[in-house]
Amino acid sequence: MKSLVRATIGILLVCGILMYTAHAMDTTTGKSGKNILTVYNWGEYIDPALLKKFEKETGIHVIYETFDSNEAMMTKIEQGGTNYDIAVPSEYAIEQMKERHLLKKIDHSKIPNFKNMDADFLNLDFDKKNEYSIPYFWGTVGIVYNTKLLKGYDFNSWNDLWDPSLKGKIILVDSAREVMGVGLNSMGKSLNSTDSDELNAATQKLIKMAPNVKAVIGDEVTQLMINGDAEAALTWSGQAADMMYENEDLTYSVPEEGSNLWFDNMVIPKTAKNIDGAHQFINFMLDPKVAAQNADYVGYSTPNKAALKLLDPEVVHDERYYPSKEIRSKLHVYKNLGKEKIGEYNELFLKFKMSIR
Amino acid sequence: MRRKGNLFSLIPYYIWILLFVIAPILLVVYYSLLDLNGHFTLNNYTNFFTSVYLKMTLSSFWYAFLITLFSLFVSYPAAYLITKLKHKQLWLILIIIPSWINLLLKTYAFIGIFGNKGPINAFVQAIGLPNQQILFTDFAFVFVAVYIFIPFMILPIFNALDKLNPALIDAARDLGASKFTTLRRIIIPLTMNGIKSGVQAVFIPSLSLFMITRLIAGNRVITLGTAIEEQFLVTQNWGMGSTIAVFLIIFMFIIMLFTGEKRKGASRHGKTQ
Repeated sequence: MKSLVRATIGILLVCGILMYTAHAMDTTTGKSGKNILTVYNWGEYIDPALLKKFEKETGIHVIYETFDSNEAMMTKIEQGGTNYDIAVPSEYAIEQMKERHLLKKIDHSKIPNFKNMDADFLNLDFDKKNEYSIPYFWGTVGIVYNTKLLKGYDFNSWNDLWDPSLKGKIILVDSAREVMGVGLNSMGKSLNSTDSDELNAATQKLIKMAPNVKAVIGDEVTQLMINGDAEAALTWSGQAADMMYENEDLTYSVPEEGSNLWFDNMVIPKTAKNIDGAHQFINFMLDPKVAAQNADYVGYSTPNKAALKLLDPEVVHDERYYPSKEIRSKLHVYKNLGKEKIGEYNELFLKFKMSIR
Repeated sequence: MRRKGNLFSLIPYYIWILLFVIAPILLVVYYSLLDLNGHFTLNNYTNFFTSVYLKMTLSSFWYAFLITLFSLFVSYPAAYLITKLKHKQLWLILIIIPSWINLLLKTYAFIGIFGNKGPINAFVQAIGLPNQQILFTDFAFVFVAVYIFIPFMILPIFNALDKLNPALIDAARDLGASKFTTLRRIIIPLTMNGIKSGVQAVFIPSLSLFMITRLIAGNRVITLGTAIEEQFLVTQNWGMGSTIAVFLIIFMFIIMLFTGEKRKGASRHGKTQ
């Protein structure tokens, strides 16, 4: 009995100490007051030197936190208890956040640098008139492949993936919209198709590709491609850029039939405390010099037209990162198709995955 | 059997069961009857009987069967050996300890081990064979799953074997039974409850394995667990996810019926006499 009491007291004591430490850490880092700005962004998605520069210019102290999925980010903001002033969700997440009233409107009069943006990337379906969001980076979905392991392939067409010589060599991303998009695009259909016949036909076509599929996985693909463990993979341009940076044998191609165009965008969540600071931050990031430096550091494509002139021309003219207008006209942003259609996409994707044996 | 005095102290237990076992199951059943818009429907159940989910159920059972079978083949001799060793508790701990390490960490380790540049392929090449694709195969999946489940199989079998009265084996040998007959007619029947507990502890979780199916099998193996995960996290169709869960619960009860019979009065880990 005595030892039981002792153990209980011991546990309570440890709990107390931990709670106090957590509280102390909260007060030194967490709470955003007048001169603190909390930025919630994807990992490795900003040049840290820019944060320093922003702090120096404005006197606002920046707390930078990261997330690794739109869903996790949304849940954290929705549940409250956080006070993020800036978040950087992808386009479909913005639609959902708008529906759930998690966003504050952006006051464009406070963002003069908005004029630097490329009009092609503004006023898109997911946020007409950019009431809630400002594009941060953009990219495509395509095929990254190892030119040493696969000689004589260029993947200019999605249909190249069906080539019988690629048996067991292709890695797909474990995401219904991307993979179904390959099927739809390869048939010249829209990747926002809601026609069940088209979707079924795309699935049947994908099933014919099944023997070529090595695996259907998530972010693990980055390491496999870098190590030369896999020959070709369906992936996002940003991830492909990471891989190509590490392994020079890799290259990236966006097939001609068209593909997905994605955006990550700066928004001000409902939970924001420092709204003035948030606007200052957005305006700062849209400054051509800053945007160029950031794009150079992160390696993604910037939607900032003025910044393009400041970037290395070799990168800007590299169609892998900045596809030509002609190709871009074939790229489409995902529309929010509603829960039912998304469910159908997922059911069909599951059917496809079941066919990989 | 001091029933009367104990009734009062059982109350916390019943509250626990009610809150954390019965209520969640009822919730799962309730959600399984809702469609995407929260209206009452039986469609989820009819959906389950389409070819996709039936095929998935069959393949889940097949892989769970393989995993259980191989775990048993490895664990029974291992458990038997341990009972014969001098420091058996120490050896047992050595087998149990890996099960304390997070499952994901162990799985990630295997990605490296099985990779094209991993130690296994280095060995394969060293003896002059061509590089083998090990990751993303059925073999890799079953191997990793067996590795993860072995402690759960060894423990109950070890307990059953350890409690086996050695006099019975001596008696069998004295009466002329060969080693094999002793094993078949005496040891295995007497440790059957340990085997059954082990089979339960491996087969049921194997049915709902996920993560490993993606990391090691590259989604070439899809179990009911993978489907549930996807319905909840990606599709956000809680109804369908719950329906699959309901079937999984039903399967579990059936398996427990099969592996749990004739246990009247016996302790959980064997020893029927």
